[in-house]
Amino acid sequence: MTDTSASLVQTPESPQRLVDMVFRLREYGIIVVLIIFIAVTTGLQPRFLGQQNIKFVLLNATIYALLALGETMVVVSRQMDLSVGSVLGLSAYVSSNLFGQVHGIPIPVVFLAGMGIGLVCGVFNGAVTAFARVPGLVVTLATLYIIRGIDISIIGGGEVVASSLPAHFSAIGSDSVVGIPYVTMVVAVVIAAGTYFLRSFRSGRELYAIGSNPEAARLVGIPIARRVFSAYVASGAIAGLAGVIWASFYGTVDSTAGTGYELTVVTAVVVGGVAIFGGSGSAAGAAFGALLLSTIATALYALGVSPFWDPAFDGLLLVLAITLDRGIALRLAEVMRKRTFRHEP
Amino acid sequence: MSLEPMASAGLSAVEAPLPGAQQPSPPVTSPPAGEPEPGGTRLTRFSRLQFLARWEVALFATFVVVFAVGRVLSPQFLTNYNFFNMGLSNGELAIMALPMTLIVVTGEIDLSVSSTLGLASSLLGLLWMHGWPMPAIIVVVLICGAFLGAFNGFLVTRVGLPSIAVTIGTMLLYAGIAEILLGSNIVSNFPASYTNLGVYGVPGIGLSYSTVIFFGLAIIFGVVLHFTPFGRSLFAMGANQEAAIFSGIRVKRTKTILYIVSGIVCSGAGILYTFRLSTAEYDNGTGLVLSVVAIVLLGGVSIFGGKGSMIGVVFAVLIYSGLLDALLLTGFPQQASGIVIGGLLLLSVLVPSMPEFRSRLRAGRHRPRAKASEVGTARSGSVVQPLASDDSSNKVGQGGSSI
Repeated sequence: MTDTSASLVQTPESPQRLVDMVFRLREYGIIVVLIIFIAVTTGLQPRFLGQQNIKFVLLNATIYALLALGETMVVVSRQMDLSVGSVLGLSAYVSSNLFGQVHGIPIPVVFLAGMGIGLVCGVFNGAVTAFARVPGLVVTLATLYIIRGIDISIIGGGEVVASSLPAHFSAIGSDSVVGIPYVTMVVAVVIAAGTYFLRSFRSGRELYAIGSNPEAARLVGIPIARRVFSAYVASGAIAGLAGVIWASFYGTVDSTAGTGYELTVVTAVVVGGVAIFGGSGSAAGAAFGALLLSTIATALYALGVSPFWDPAFDGLLLVLAITLDRGIALRLAEVMRKRTFRHEP
Repeated sequence: MSLEPMASAGLSAVEAPLPGAQQPSPPVTSPPAGEPEPGGTRLTRFSRLQFLARWEVALFATFVVVFAVGRVLSPQFLTNYNFFNMGLSNGELAIMALPMTLIVVTGEIDLSVSSTLGLASSLLGLLWMHGWPMPAIIVVVLICGAFLGAFNGFLVTRVGLPSIAVTIGTMLLYAGIAEILLGSNIVSNFPASYTNLGVYGVPGIGLSYSTVIFFGLAIIFGVVLHFTPFGRSLFAMGANQEAAIFSGIRVKRTKTILYIVSGIVCSGAGILYTFRLSTAEYDNGTGLVLSVVAIVLLGGVSIFGGKGSMIGVVFAVLIYSGLLDALLLTGFPQQASGIVIGGLLLLSVLVPSMPEFRSRLRAGRHRPRAKASEVGTARSGSVVQPLASDDSSNKVGQGGSSI
């Protein structure tokens, strides 16, 4: 907080700082909403903050938050990855099936296999989008079907059952410290690293530049095709990783694993403050968006509200979030215009 | 408002080469053999029309191939009974593709269609459960659909939000309301006079009611889209929204009307869906939306707006249902048919962009020092250029009007 107030005091006239500050406030806004929500729910139902429940919420949010990291990379560069749910499903099945196929296969190898599958899918999405210059939304809509179809043809009517998985693997989701699962901590570190990469590395900043103004990005010499390609590859690999984690959480993997996740992930990303047309937002914000959605789902349950209300809440939240963003953007543009005029001779 | 300038503006906006828009046309337009191409605006227009014709011709050829292969695979394929079934199982989907086509032509999208269907189904079930008379229920459901569409339209045009985000939101919201309305109830005691439309075809024609309604609506929507100033204005605002506004087209009002129409048509599809299955459940129609979008794009409608035709979408519907049905008859796992649908969709966007891609590669070879990818981006526009078609002034990220 000192950081924010300092920039407020020191440079009230720098538009760049102002923009930074507003977007940081947008992220804090999500956290504030989250805290209010938790506080209200806990007030009404003290058991909501029980260890078991916290663990459940966090596990639920972990996969969405992880997927949101990859989706953020793609969305900030003004594309979209709708195939994450299908990639997750394919990776979850193939990787967990390895335990049955190869006896005593080390768990890290399974993780690598899952990520490898995601990587291949991401390479395909990225190559078609970036090098053949086809809109990513359409490409990933197609691969959503194709990858799910491949998944179904591999699985047939079968499924991987929890009993075929080694205990160490199933424990990934259940081992925890003070109610916080280890896997959530690892994912949090990954998301923190991803956020840092996006905001502080050159190639990360270039994704924002591409999303903010592709024409300008091209003119300053940013290799747009390569950056967009990499974003899709990262998103695919992350979805593959999420698939392995999914398998370890749920144990039973059939051909419907991850169905419909893509739109929830996009919702989480947008609620978390990433502009749907790219150029702004952070992976941390997206992760908090995922956490907020997950918390709401559980809180409704805890409050005895029918779980049927959950999608309506999510939808309303999304509409509110983008309306708010629109308001902020308009207000900000107005403020900046005034400042520009004031400083012109 | 005089119609003359509106129509001409619409024409010029579509006919003019668009610097920012997706450019799949040159490859398909100019034959690789190097047919002499004299210049002149008359010919540009001609070749544009030629391109449109060719896309539809390609779809028609695919349609013929699909049905021929279907006939070879199974003798039951080309039978009246099978046509009835094909239309029955895809009728609502096809109907929803019609208003979606108009919306996508204007450069927007409506992802809430399947939730509107589900909500209509739930409302129908709920009101029937409470003993309302059926005609009154149908009217109420259609009015409700109009309001759902109006809400989308309001958020998109008046609040100015990106339609893709809005309709993902309302997709969840409407599906949620459907769940709240009906909960875990399943209503299935509808009178046979209504549910018969899932069993018998239209007398004398043999096709399902939903199929006949689809073709009827397709003609109406096609005429509106291609032969009225209103339809031309849709192309104009999809090609260049700014230009459309300045030429006096009431963009906001028009888009709101389209969303309302979409709401009404989709709730109508919800009624058909409910009667066909003789079941009202909250999750009726879940997941249909992506198929609807896939059909519209397969039909040659540009996701960036400004381009597309109703006949293309009709052929896409026929290809879609024919393909699914043929696969089903051959015992291909029905769920896995997504491979084929997705593959078609991918081809439909890849094929037109291929020659341009090749020419970029060739351009790369002439400059051996630079890497191919860099040359590609440096020489002929950015990858995401289509998305940036009309908002170079975009500052804070939400400026795009199309995706």
